[in-house]
Amino acid sequence: MKKLLIPALLSALLAACSTTPLPEDSGSAPVESRSGSSTGVAPVTAGGLDASGLPRELTDPKSKLSQRSIYFDLDKYEVKDEYKDLVAAHAKYLSANKGFKVLLQGNTDERGSREYNLSLGQKRAEAVKRSLTLLGVAESQIESVSLGEEKPKNPGHDESAWSENRRADILYKGADGRGEF
Amino acid sequence: MSPILRFIFLPFFLLTVGFAQAQLSIEITGAGANRIPVTIVDFPGDPTASRVITSTVRADLERSGLFKLVDHNNLAFDESAQINFGDWKGRGADALAAGSIARSADGRMEARFRLYDTQKGVSLGGAAYVTSNAQLRAAGHRIADFIYEKLTGEKGVFSTRIAYVVKARGQFLLQIADSDGQNAATALTSTEPIISPVWSPDGGRLAYVSFEKKKPVIYVHSLASGQRHIVANFKGSNSAPAWSPNGQKLAVVLSKDGFSQLYSVNADGSGLQRITSSSGIDTEPRYSADGSMIYFTSDRGGSPQVYQIGANGGDARRVTFEGSYNVSPRPSPDGKSLAFISRREGRFQLAVMDLATRQVQVVSDSYKDESPSFAPNSRMILIATEVGGRGVLSAVSSDGRIKQRLSVAAGDVREPAWGPYYP
Repeated sequence: MKKLLIPALLSALLAACSTTPLPEDSGSAPVESRSGSSTGVAPVTAGGLDASGLPRELTDPKSKLSQRSIYFDLDKYEVKDEYKDLVAAHAKYLSANKGFKVLLQGNTDERGSREYNLSLGQKRAEAVKRSLTLLGVAESQIESVSLGEEKPKNPGHDESAWSENRRADILYKGADGRGEF
Repeated sequence: MSPILRFIFLPFFLLTVGFAQAQLSIEITGAGANRIPVTIVDFPGDPTASRVITSTVRADLERSGLFKLVDHNNLAFDESAQINFGDWKGRGADALAAGSIARSADGRMEARFRLYDTQKGVSLGGAAYVTSNAQLRAAGHRIADFIYEKLTGEKGVFSTRIAYVVKARGQFLLQIADSDGQNAATALTSTEPIISPVWSPDGGRLAYVSFEKKKPVIYVHSLASGQRHIVANFKGSNSAPAWSPNGQKLAVVLSKDGFSQLYSVNADGSGLQRITSSSGIDTEPRYSADGSMIYFTSDRGGSPQVYQIGANGGDARRVTFEGSYNVSPRPSPDGKSLAFISRREGRFQLAVMDLATRQVQVVSDSYKDESPSFAPNSRMILIATEVGGRGVLSAVSSDGRIKQRLSVAAGDVREPAWGPYYP
C-alpha cells in the first residue's frame, strides 16, 4: 500500500509543477494559477485627509505665525539665525495653546537616494523640534517626520529649486482634531 | 471563479484596466557578446494564439541579450515533426523550438512544444501548458523560461513580475507588470507619494511606504485581494521596509527614538526589535540571501556608506570605501555580489561589488540612478534613472553589457522592484 502511495503522491506533485515532460506524461500544467482577474491584482485607492478650521492668527498672512517654512543650507541641519524669531513665535503660541499640536515635515532636494533623503529630511525636522522644545514646548505637542525629496515645493532641477526644497514646514492641528494634518 | 464567470468578467476587467494603466514600453540598448543562435518556428493550430505565443517567446529571448534569433522563414511545424537538423545547422541555428496549439475540451488552449539541439540532433525536452486566451502570453513566458534554462544553464525570469511607481497627472500609481512591461495593473492609486515597494518572498504581497497620512507609513498589501494593513506607524517617520528571506519579518527604518535607525518587526506589525543604535542615520536595510546579515546605509563615518550587521544587531562592519556617497545596497539573491548606487564626479551610478574579491565595477552609463533591484536569477539589475528629464526604468546585466529601458508615454516611472520566481 505504502509503495503505491508514494508514486501517486509524486505524480500529483509533478502535476502541480509548472513543467510537464513530453511525451511520457499526457497531462498539462495550467498556467493560470494567479486567481481572480487576469493580472491577479485588485485595484485600491488610498484615502486622503481634510485640512481646515484653524484660528485666523495661524493662517492670516499678516500674522507671523502664518509663516511656516524654515530653509536650510546644502548638507546643513541647523536652524539658521534668521529663523530664530519665527521659531520663537511658534514656541510661544504652542506654549500658550497646549491643545494645539504641530507636525514638522522635513524636506530635501531631489539629488541622491530617496530613502537616504528621507533620513536627511528627518534630521531637519528634528532640528526644528529641538529648537521648539528648548523654548519650552512640550514634546507631546510635536511630531517630527520627513517627506524626503517626495514633495518638492519647487519642481525644478536647478540650485534655486533645490534651495526652496531644503526646508522644514510646520503644520498645525487644533484640540478639536481639525487642522492641516 | 467558475469558467463561465471568468469568461464574462475578463473582457470587462481588461477594459477598465485599459484606461487606468500607463503601459510600459521596452527598448533594448545593449546585448551580450556571445549570443546563442536559436530559431522558434511557428506553431501549427490556432493562428492568432500561435502568433501571440511565438512572438512572446521570441521577444523574451531577444530582449535577454543572450540569444540571436535565426529567421524561421515562416515555417510552422509541431513538436513531434521530423526535423532536418543539418538544414537548420546550415542556417546558423544551434537550437530550434517547435510546437503546436490545440483547443482543449473546456475551451482553453493547450500549447505544447519541444526544444532541439541542432548540432547534436537531439531533443532537449519539452512541455505543455494549458491556458485561457487571456493568458497566452504567460504560456509564452513559460516556454521562453524553459528554453533559457536549457540553453544557458540558469533559471529564466520571463515569467516573473515587476512592481514600480508611476507619477502621472498628480497621481501616484503602484503598478505590477510582467517582466516585459506588458499586462500592467494598478495595485494602489494615491494623491500622495508611494516609495520603496518590496515583494514578499512568496510574491503575493508588497510592502511599501505611503505618504497618504501626511507622513511616511509602512504598509503590507496583498495583491490578489487588495487588502492591506499598517506594519509600522510610529511617531516620526516609518520607511525602507525589507522582507526577511522567510517572509516572516521586515527590517524597517523608524525615527521614533530620534534619527533614522534600523528595527525588525513581524509582518503583522507585532514584535518590534531595535537592530542598530548609532548617533547618526542608519537606513536602507536589506537582508543577505541567507537571512543572517543586513546590509544598510549609514553616515556614522561622516559620509553615507554601506555597512553590514548581524540580522539581530551587533557590531557593524563598513563595506564600501571608495568615494563619499555609496547608498542603497542590494545583495544579489545568489549571495555573490552587492549592487549599490555610487556618486562619482557628481553622477549617481549603479555599481556592483564582487563580495569575494571586494572589487567594484560601475555598470551603468546613466547618471541619476536610484533604487536597484536584482532579478531572482541575479543576472539583471533593474534601476530607476532619468532620460530626457523623464523617469524611466533600466535593466542592466550585472556585468554591464546588456541594457534595456522601460518607459511610460505620459509619466515618470520610478521605484522598481523585481518580483520572485513564479511559484
